[in-house]
Amino acid sequence: MNKITRRQALGTTAGALTVLGLAGATAHAAATDSRAAATPAGTVDEVYQGRRIRISPAAGGGHHGGHHGSHGGALPTVTIDGRELHVMRNADGTWISVVNHYETFADPVSLARAAVRELRGATLLPFDPMGGAA
Amino acid sequence: MTVRKNQATLTAAEKRAFTNALLELKRTGRYDRFVTTHNGFIMSDTDGGDRVGHRSPSFLPWHRRFLLEFEAALQAVDASVTIPYWDWTADRTSRSSLWAADFVGGTGRARDGQVMDGPFAYATGKWDINVRVDGRAYLRRALGEGVAQLPTRAEVDAVLAMPVYDMAPWNSSSNGFRNHLEGWRGANLHNRVHVWVGGQMGTGVSPNDPVFWMHHAFVDKLWADWQAKNPQSTYLPAAGTPNVVDLRDTMRPWNDVTPADMLDHRKFYTFDTEPVAAARQR
Repeated sequence: MNKITRRQALGTTAGALTVLGLAGATAHAAATDSRAAATPAGTVDEVYQGRRIRISPAAGGGHHGGHHGSHGGALPTVTIDGRELHVMRNADGTWISVVNHYETFADPVSLARAAVRELRGATLLPFDPMGGAA
Repeated sequence: MTVRKNQATLTAAEKRAFTNALLELKRTGRYDRFVTTHNGFIMSDTDGGDRVGHRSPSFLPWHRRFLLEFEAALQAVDASVTIPYWDWTADRTSRSSLWAADFVGGTGRARDGQVMDGPFAYATGKWDINVRVDGRAYLRRALGEGVAQLPTRAEVDAVLAMPVYDMAPWNSSSNGFRNHLEGWRGANLHNRVHVWVGGQMGTGVSPNDPVFWMHHAFVDKLWADWQAKNPQSTYLPAAGTPNVVDLRDTMRPWNDVTPADMLDHRKFYTFDTEPVAAARQR
């Protein structure tokens, strides 16, 4: 409980700072409301259940362009409290993450929020094909 | 000869032998290497790129080989042990004997999802979750919370009636038997069971929960049932498919086994109830 409360406080502070930091790059989205930027392809910066979710679009965009959801550079970067969440795009345009790998989501924001609920305050570990913290 | 049995029919001694063998593989570090392998594949198998373990035709032969390797490891500990299967169309509630404290233990507690009873509860000190995607080192479950209902027998039968093994584009958007059984399309069988169990079973490191093996042993049995019902059908694609394991291509990580080698489970084990071949009725 203490942990979550502390994170909540940190998350709020970090979120506020980031809105300032993003002002140059994505002035419109940041200036309106962080939640208004929560479109599938866009930049997202929000605090959800005390955790900071950031989603950066893939370089070059092209989110609606075809079926290559793998290593083609078309994937956004999703972080929770600064730790990257491994995400993948399905051929039908839906999304999955390493913490919800058998359940599809319509967009990266719903995916990230589901990950926050699943984590219940736990911290993501750096993902590693050779196997986490073994 | 190895006989895979319905978990609901195991004796107390068989349950104890199975869980003891799991704990021994865990103690030696062998168990966690299986978790690592599975997670490596689940993170690298993609619809638009190379795909071997999941979202592809080789989902079934890959998991058959993976379970064979795991079963051999169990048998090196105790030669009497085989992987039981969990028929989730029949044992479909958290009150099933599967989830009792003398077998895999029950659902997680409300506060943090932690499994508190059975041989795999964190407090035993014998089942730390080492290969993990977040900081939590205890086994978690949330039976029936992520999705309310396990698949029904009628839903399974409808999928077994699909005569074509798999279809282009050979991924999570395919029509056909394999993808309907895997669950990316249609009523959703295999994927939904992972979600129903919850906890680590819903993640890329799902083999951290021993029920993973019993779930996949039943998915494997459904493949055998499908073969018996559709004797004219076979594994597809046959050859020349980019990014996909064709019938006679070798599968990673073993590189010495093909889907063709895996088609007949009776070379390796039988089930307590063998499917009756439809051909025999003609």
